[in-house]
Amino acid sequence: MSNFAIETVGLTYNFGNQTVVKDLCLQVPKGSIYGFLGPNGAGKTTTIKILLNLLQSPADRVFIFGKEINNNRIASLKRMGSLVEQPAIYAHLTGKENLVNRCILLGIKKSKCAEMLSLVGLTDAANKKAGKYSLGMKQRLGIALALISDPELLLLDEPTNGLDPNGIIEIRNLMIDLTTKHGKTILVSSHLLAEIERTASHVGIINKGELLFQGTISELHDLSKPSVKIETNNQEKTMTVLTNAGIDILQSDAQTISVVFKTKEEMGSMNALLVQNGISVFSIGKERKDLENLFLDITSKN
Amino acid sequence: MRSSFISLQSEFYKSRKTLAFWAAIILPILICGLIAFGFYSNSDKLLKLNYPGLALWGNYSGATLNVMGMLILPFYVMFMAFSVNNIEHKNDTWKTLFAQPLNKFSIYTAKYLYAVLLLLICLFLFAFLTITFGYLLQILVPKFTFNDYNPILLLTKFYSKLFLASLGILSVQFVFSLIWSDFLKPMGIGFVGIIAGIITANVGWKYAFLIPYSDPTLALRVTRVKGAKLEDFPVFTQEIWVSLAFALAMFIIGYFILAKRNIK
Repeated sequence: MSNFAIETVGLTYNFGNQTVVKDLCLQVPKGSIYGFLGPNGAGKTTTIKILLNLLQSPADRVFIFGKEINNNRIASLKRMGSLVEQPAIYAHLTGKENLVNRCILLGIKKSKCAEMLSLVGLTDAANKKAGKYSLGMKQRLGIALALISDPELLLLDEPTNGLDPNGIIEIRNLMIDLTTKHGKTILVSSHLLAEIERTASHVGIINKGELLFQGTISELHDLSKPSVKIETNNQEKTMTVLTNAGIDILQSDAQTISVVFKTKEEMGSMNALLVQNGISVFSIGKERKDLENLFLDITSKN
Repeated sequence: MRSSFISLQSEFYKSRKTLAFWAAIILPILICGLIAFGFYSNSDKLLKLNYPGLALWGNYSGATLNVMGMLILPFYVMFMAFSVNNIEHKNDTWKTLFAQPLNKFSIYTAKYLYAVLLLLICLFLFAFLTITFGYLLQILVPKFTFNDYNPILLLTKFYSKLFLASLGILSVQFVFSLIWSDFLKPMGIGFVGIIAGIITANVGWKYAFLIPYSDPTLALRVTRVKGAKLEDFPVFTQEIWVSLAFALAMFIIGYFILAKRNIK
């Protein structure tokens, strides 16, 4: 039995001549919140649609709970709940009716609707037409629809899109609750790393259809090595002095120079060296690249 | 089987507030009601014509059948086929529908069956209300001769023919509405089809029966064989077979279109 809720093996997908997903090897461990990150148009939604069998994947490339999706479409879908792009809601029905309709389709008791409505905070708006909902309310209803069958695996495509800060925090807490207390697995896509960072246990970064990074959040943190940022009155001379001392310069811009951080003592001697050479040091400090920049770095490479 | 049934149930649930559903009920009530009212308010003139029972029923039900069969029915069928599919196009819900753990064929069959059922309900109500209002007129105006002839068999056969003859248009329009999400393409083609159907049927073109759009008009033409009773006309005439053949072919084609479609 596989330990992955979702596993894709060298998955490639084309829209006509255009390759949207290239040799993708996703591995989403059971019980994780997997942050699926990438800029707009990176192939996130396409991947999610493939995982739902909305787009036909080649044989033996996509496995849901260890089972090949094309041969086990219905069995796989039974264990999944999803929210893809903007929530698909019947605008002429009320929020509650949308849920009742889903209950009919899934053969669930209709009493579950009230529970879901209160979970996403829509009890007061239950009898309002869903077409008149705000974007955030639609998103909540979409999440309720995804959760109503109590699936083991949730695929959420940018679920906090259009939500206010309160709503974002609620969804975040809900996701953590679902995984820690109810043992669910969640794949959540986003183009904002900051958003994922707080909840996700695992991260996959995709750009132009290629998976550039996959691992736990701490593995991602380890990628960003700390550096020393130096600001002086003489940029050129500083560079020469440091290079002569055998220190690698990572990058430099108009005002500052960054070098690899090793120890605090080394930072002190670097400072002394510069001062001895008649350079006045305005600032010198250790800096850790934040994940946002790391994300930009990773995605700009390909 | 079970997933077909629950899909059908869901189709009823989600469209019960739409115009397509209510039109199936309101249309017969409105048209039959108007014609019955017309007969009631013109009863003096009609009584002077001294129609025997059969001719009176013919006159009365023919008023409904002709308006219906020629124009309103094909347009309703077109609109309904559009509406059943548009509910998913408009709300962008094809993707959720197909992400449910249900057989794709069941979802499709339920949609198609729902459209057929709406048509059946609509035509049943037409037949039922025509007969009911006829007898009601008899009670209101006792001098009418509605009691002299029992139209049930005759009207049942006419409406059954009309139902079967409309299945061709329904299926063609159903597939068009499945392919295109906009209103203009299926409606535009359907409109041209219906006009062409009416024209070819009326000029008596030999092969008009091969066009599904002319079938309802053709189906209503019944030639009475000498000596035979009026009700004895055959139901399964060539235009009915053409309509059924179109229905079957389009039903199968529609499924393959949907199954092969990638939901973008």
